[in-house]
Formats: sequence, structure tokens, C-alpha cells
Amino acid sequence: MPRLPQQSTAATFRVPPWTRRLIGPAWLLGLWIVLSRTGVISEKMLAPPGKVWSAFTDLVSTGELQHHLWVSLHRVATGLAIGITIGVVLAVLAGLFRIGEDIIDGPMQILRSLPVLALVPLMIFWLGIGEEPKIALVSLGVTFPIYINTFAAIRSVDAGLVESTTTFGLRRPALVRHVVLPGSLPGFFTGLRFAFAVSWLVLVVAEQVNATSGIGYLMMTAREFQRTDIMLVGLLVYGALGFLSDLLVRLLERSALQWRRSFAPV
Amino acid sequence: MATQLRTGLNPARVRELVPIELLREVPDVLPPVLAPVAVDAHAVRRRFGERAVLDGVDLQVRAGEFVAILGRSGTGKSTLLRILGGLDREFSGDVDVPDARSFVFQEPRLLPWKRVIDNVRLGLPRSTGRGAAAAALDEVGLDEHHRAWPKTLSGGEAQRAALARALVREPDLLLLDEPFGALDALTRIRMHVLLQELCRRHRPAVLLVTHDVDEAILLADRIVVLDAGRITLDVVVALDAPRLRGDHAFGALRSRLLAALGIDEVAEGNRA
Repeated sequence: MPRLPQQSTAATFRVPPWTRRLIGPAWLLGLWIVLSRTGVISEKMLAPPGKVWSAFTDLVSTGELQHHLWVSLHRVATGLAIGITIGVVLAVLAGLFRIGEDIIDGPMQILRSLPVLALVPLMIFWLGIGEEPKIALVSLGVTFPIYINTFAAIRSVDAGLVESTTTFGLRRPALVRHVVLPGSLPGFFTGLRFAFAVSWLVLVVAEQVNATSGIGYLMMTAREFQRTDIMLVGLLVYGALGFLSDLLVRLLERSALQWRRSFAPV
Repeated sequence: MATQLRTGLNPARVRELVPIELLREVPDVLPPVLAPVAVDAHAVRRRFGERAVLDGVDLQVRAGEFVAILGRSGTGKSTLLRILGGLDREFSGDVDVPDARSFVFQEPRLLPWKRVIDNVRLGLPRSTGRGAAAAALDEVGLDEHHRAWPKTLSGGEAQRAALARALVREPDLLLLDEPFGALDALTRIRMHVLLQELCRRHRPAVLLVTHDVDEAILLADRIVVLDAGRITLDVVVALDAPRLRGDHAFGALRSRLLAALGIDEVAEGNRA
């Protein structure tokens, strides 16, 4: 009779999980080096990794990169803070009160189909070319994913849980605090992840129009001098920021939603 | 349409005056003056659109009495329970129930984002809640799981937690809507024993909705059968403890109840 093989735990070589994460980026980098060396990609169109690295160290040593990074971070953080606040407040009002839904949800559903970036000219006309239009655009872009997901989550809180909680004599404010808001937290986090992604997207465009600072501005000026190495530094910084902000949301999510039993991939 | 749900009766007071053991011995027809009534429902009607789900139900339950409600699906068992629990207010008729009521549903309905003990003490006063909740969890055998997340519990454990959450409020009326319906057979037997112990200790009036005839006979002092929105049978279970499924009297009562539910055992048995 054949014996089924057991999963061996001792013999296999286990690599730490974080190193496996690096496999994807590592082979992309290798490909880039090989294609640059062999001349498949001309240096004029795309700078080789070595030049990008030296451009990066130059920008850091002059403090230029830090300056622009700080400006960009400040814009995104302010925009996110404003957008998340507005989105959550509107979602709670529309989610908890019928009258709130009537007043808020209709306009929000119409406005959300509007591409935020189409508002760039209007924002510049209204708010000039300072910080305000950039922060306003990020806030607007953030408000909608937060609102849509949080509102939907509030409305889909299990009616059975609400009912059973009312049988224990909880009044409406306590019900909202103990059942409705915690129950809608997963939806809020879904919105938050979208919001972070949208905030960088909007910022990239906002900073490339009429800006005098920021990572986007750095990249636009590099274009004028055909410095693909600096453009790539900007791209990589954006990429890193996007990655880090997603990591931040996931960490927040994991600590706030630790009650959820989730699927663990092999 | 006279619609009212009156609360405020205090059977605990009456219970002190009338020993419950006496109430257990009473015959089918009880002189109303003797009975400390916990639930008094009169001419209860409830319509869903054109359909009258409850069509004039009269039901009295005495303090400390365990009443099982049997009926085929769709006969209004759960609707009646929800009305008595104050969850459904669109009925007509007069209903008097105690203020302190607790509900246990077929699903545990624990808040997944609160640890088990925080689920149990929800709505209790902050000062005494924690201690009472811990004691209630110990009582249902969940002493190891106070700080567990509800989703990590098994079905039986979660339902124990739901029972603890219901009993920690010291209810005068405990409403159970098929609480063991989703559990496996072995877990269900354990829960029956646990429920009997808890009821002996806390002495609430209990209304158990079930479609398991054996469960009703095992647990209840009295069984009512609901059919087409009316009570068609109301019997006192005059069986001594321990009630064993193999006993002749047990079988006779089962046959009688099944007949009331429209099932002819002999015919069904021959077919099988």
C-alpha cells in the first residue's frame, strides 16, 4: 500500500519571508542593468542604474531632495487629514440619519463620478498657484473613497447584531459606539487604502502644474534638461512613498482589526 | 387596534412568596389566582401583508416556568417570541411581560470586535459589570475564554457565551429562539444539560422556540403547539427526572405532539 508523503519541516531550507519580497524588485533591477549595458536601452532614453544612484546621492548631499520631499509629504498629509475628516463626517451623517442620506448621498454619488484631476484648472483659477489648490485637490480626491466605503459599511452592519444589542437595553448613542462604528471599520480601511493611493496620484499631477517645489516639480525641471536620471529618482521616491503609505495603512488595519480571522496564504 | 406591550411585572417578588416546587406540581388547569404570572399575552395578532401569522394567541407563563413552543416552520413561533421580547411592535392584542428580558437567537450574535467578556458585560453598569460577566462565563464553562475573540470560538462555545450574556442580566424572562438549532447533536446534548442547570439556579420564566419535539419534552415543564397562528395544544409535561427518550411515557407524549404537528408516526415509519 503506498504511503502518503508527509510535509517535511526539518529538511527544507527556509528563507526569511522578507527576502522573498525582494525577489520581484531584484530581477527587475538585474534586467535593467543588463539592457543598459548591452545598449538595448539607450542612455538618452533611460539612464542606467548607476547614474540614477549618483543623481540620487547628489540630490541628497545638496539637500534638494529632502526639501522637495518634505514639501510633497506636507501636501499629502494635510490633504489626507482634511479629506479623511470630511469623508468620515459625511459618511456618518448620511449613514446614521435618513435626512442626512437624503441631503448628502445624492450629491456625493454625482460628484464622485467626476474625475478629480479635471478640476485642476478650476482650482488654480479659484485658489491661485500656492499650496491651497494642491492641498484642496488631494483633499477632494481623498474624500470620495473614504465617504463611499464608510457609508456603505455603516449601512451593511449586520442587522441581527444591532437587534440583539438593543435587547440588552443599549440606547442609540451606545449602539452607534459599540456596534455601528466598529462594524464599519473594515469598510473605512478599504476606503483608506484607496485614499492613500489617490492622494499620491493627485499630488503628482498637481505638482507638475504651476509648482515651484515638490517631487513633481523636481521631475518637471529635470525634463527640461533631459535628465532622465533625476526623473527616475523622482519616480522611485514616489514609488517608495506609495509603498510605505500602504504599509502604514496595513499596520493600522492589523492593529485595529485584530479580531478578524483572515486567510493566511502558503 | 389595541397595541400594547406592558412591562414592569416583578415575578421575583411573587417567587419569594410562592415556592416554585409547588408550581411544578400543578395540574393542567391552574386556578389563575394562584399563579404568579410572568407572561400574559391575550388575543395577539400579527399580520404580514395579507397573511395573519398570529391569529389570536392567548398564552400565560408563570414565573420560573419553562414553556416550549413547538410548530412547523412558518407557524409564527418566532414571531410570537419576538413580540414577547419587544422586538416586534406591530401586533395587536395585550401583552404583559417583565422588564428584565433576555433573548438568545439561533446564531450567537456576539459582536466580533469585542472580546468575549466585553460582549457579556455590554450594557451592564461599569462598576459591577466585569465581575458579573466573569462569573457568568465561568458558570457556562468558558473560564478559559474570557479574553478570546468571538470568531475563535466553536459554535457551542459561542452559544454558551450568548447564554452567559443573557443570564448575566438576571432576566425574569428568558426567550430562546431555536438556540441549539445550529449545533451538532453531541454539543446539543451538553447544552441541554447546561441550560437545565442554569434554569434551576436562576429560575427565569423560559420560552423556548424549537421544532425538535424531543428537546421540548426533555427541557420543558409545559409544551404549546402553534399551528396556523393559533395554539392548538397546551400540555404539561408530567414526566419525572431524568427524562429518557426510551421511556414509554416519553414516547407517548412524543406521538401526541407529533400528531398535533401533523405527523403520523406509523405512516411515516412504514414509508421509511
